[in-house]
Amino acid sequence: MAGLLKRALRLRTALRCLCDYSMLSRSTATLSPVDFHSPFLTCSSEQVLASTRKLHAGADGSKVSPSAAPERLPFCRVTEEDLAFFRKILAGRTIVDPDLVEPSNVDWLKSVRGSSEVLLRPQTTEEVSQILSYCNSRNLAVNPQGGNTGLVGGSVPVYDEIILSTSLMNKILNFDSISGVLTCQAGCVLENLSFYLEERDYIMPLDLGAKGSCQIGGNVATNAGGLRLLRYGSLHGTVLGLELVLADGQVLDCLSTLRKDNTGYDLKQLFIGSEGTLGVITAVSILCPRKPKSVNVVFLGCETFEQLLKTFQLCKGMLGEILSAFEFLDSECMRLLNTHLKLPNPISDCPFYIVIETSGSDPTHDAQKLHNFLEEAMTSSLVSDGTVATEEAKIKALWSLRERVTEALTHDGFTYKYDISLPVERIYQLVTDMRKHLGNRAKSVVGYGHVGDGNLHLNVTSPSKDPALLAAIEPFVYEWTASCRGSISAEHGLGLKKRNYIYYSKQSQAVALMGNIKAMLDPKGILNPYKTLPDNLKQ
Amino acid sequence: MSGRVLVGVKRVIDYAVKIRVKPDNTGVVTDGVKHSMNPFCEIAVEEAVKLKEKKLIKEVVAVSCGPQQSQETIRTALAMGADRGIHVDVSGKDYENLGPLQVSKILAALAKQEDAQLILLGKQAIDDDCNQTGQMTAALLDWPQGTFASEVSLEGDKINLVREIDGGLEHIKINTPAVITADLRLNTPRYATLPNIMKAKKKKIVTVKPADLGVDVTSRLEVLKVEEPPQRQAGMKVETVEDLVVKLKEAGRV
Repeated sequence: MAGLLKRALRLRTALRCLCDYSMLSRSTATLSPVDFHSPFLTCSSEQVLASTRKLHAGADGSKVSPSAAPERLPFCRVTEEDLAFFRKILAGRTIVDPDLVEPSNVDWLKSVRGSSEVLLRPQTTEEVSQILSYCNSRNLAVNPQGGNTGLVGGSVPVYDEIILSTSLMNKILNFDSISGVLTCQAGCVLENLSFYLEERDYIMPLDLGAKGSCQIGGNVATNAGGLRLLRYGSLHGTVLGLELVLADGQVLDCLSTLRKDNTGYDLKQLFIGSEGTLGVITAVSILCPRKPKSVNVVFLGCETFEQLLKTFQLCKGMLGEILSAFEFLDSECMRLLNTHLKLPNPISDCPFYIVIETSGSDPTHDAQKLHNFLEEAMTSSLVSDGTVATEEAKIKALWSLRERVTEALTHDGFTYKYDISLPVERIYQLVTDMRKHLGNRAKSVVGYGHVGDGNLHLNVTSPSKDPALLAAIEPFVYEWTASCRGSISAEHGLGLKKRNYIYYSKQSQAVALMGNIKAMLDPKGILNPYKTLPDNLKQ
Repeated sequence: MSGRVLVGVKRVIDYAVKIRVKPDNTGVVTDGVKHSMNPFCEIAVEEAVKLKEKKLIKEVVAVSCGPQQSQETIRTALAMGADRGIHVDVSGKDYENLGPLQVSKILAALAKQEDAQLILLGKQAIDDDCNQTGQMTAALLDWPQGTFASEVSLEGDKINLVREIDGGLEHIKINTPAVITADLRLNTPRYATLPNIMKAKKKKIVTVKPADLGVDVTSRLEVLKVEEPPQRQAGMKVETVEDLVVKLKEAGRV
């Protein structure tokens, strides 16, 4: 296969991450965990800044981006014999045509590109088991891939890892309409599961903007948060069971549908949020809530962030048990929605906007509560303007103002995305400080997100990739976050881009233990290499 | 000239809802199903409120024919800027059989009673797709009609109208009083903002019965059967040419 040989030469020198500017990975490899003072061991913010700045200096003092891809690890390369084996178990579903593999090599943001030449599309757990068993024995790296909607470069290969797609594993296995437990294969698209459940008077416990493409296996592997977490909790609570295939091909059946089961260690919790590095999820059983009979969406405008927070408190007090989402966006977001997506502002221009959703079982009861809350919010001037929607079409329209900010940003230029957990009262301070810090080096600096969960999505755009801008943003944003003991990745995960920043939010002993677990479950490290865990962890 | 505009608003099943036929095939399921204002009626309300904001007319009266819940639809119109509402109470079997002919008789009677100068309606309702009420109302009143309007401007006691027709755009000038039906591109309905929603709760809605207006709502039409359109057969994707040949043979095509 002349094509394979030609590409092999290029692979060694090609740049993986399109937003890095150097491949001095050896320098980051010499920094061991003990070199870092964890932000939690010392409370002095100066020490935090000093120690974490080491992360960003190469051994020779030159600036290296920790999100740059490391050198290729010594996995084997795919041969003709390997392809013959795959074709035997997956006839017609072993894709080597470069045009067909290409979309799976690039992430949704078009910010990272791999050079995989093989895309496998199993339909059953047995096939996944055979694939992994073979790859493990042959020391071939594997990149599990669901809907490829991740935002941290975790879903696409870095080099020539074989892409293992769950797209054809899209069967719903069972739904129990009494307990509300849905059991399905990992490749089911979230929106399709929602449609299926809605016909049966239930809903999925999570909802996100990517619902039309993301798959439940990927959602679980990344412990996706989303718009309903405020009401229904995280996947750590709603997932009742998993079926997995481990690195050596062993099938681990933890696919329980029991609400309560305290028999031994709860293994599935380890895999939820493991980003495909500990095992490949092949089936999920999840507890689903009843579809609410009455859904209202309110879009409000506030003059200051303090008023927004007071509105949140008022909301929790007066709407309490029917509150199902509390999201915010700033005026910059609205400007981008108006400009790039032609979505009009439903109310007058305000510095901050809130999207509140209520879900309940009695429309009259909910309408009354909502009316009381809105009256109170308006008369106490916490809110300067707003609108309410009860009809599906209007509800979708108001939600799209929050859900499509990500899309609007892609039209504004190259986007630097930060997904931060902070104490709620400090959330917007980071955006203000970042604006001041960057001045006019950046095109737009916007803040939006799940303010009800203390989760900020901070985004910076520039007309094109700008290493100087990146250097100004990082490590400023991570140091700022660490100084408040926040999380540098609230829900997006670490993937490729943020793997080396883990120390900003986790102690080194904890990270070392993660490394031990990875080594135990995947000794050859074939599952989604280069992701999630930092480069300097020796297995 | 009263400067009064009558706007008809119909309560229909929300367009985003999946319609289900009743098991006895007598109609569609409406119980517990989300209802909202007909989208074309929303456009009509928006146009009326715009005319009032331009001070070309003095009062907007929202009218709806139906059961108690129709008042919610009127409230929405009030929240968008209508001044008061008239609820024509029709329920039960009469409501199930209510169609354009009866509604246009009601609107004609109300137009005379309220001394309306203009009637603004949606071009059609998304549940029955009749597209008849506006035309019939104009005929009953012997008023000119501007249907499928995509642009409306008042010029003294005349109205300049652009109509969207199959051949393109038709420009006409009609006298007042008149009936206008709104098409999709006439305007983009505003969101009802909180201050207006609060104000709307204080605006008046008067309830009348068809008999009070001298209208007989018995229908001359009888629905025999309602059924779903035939299910569209899904296509099938195959992975290899061999699969395709096998499937074609199975289907007897080869």
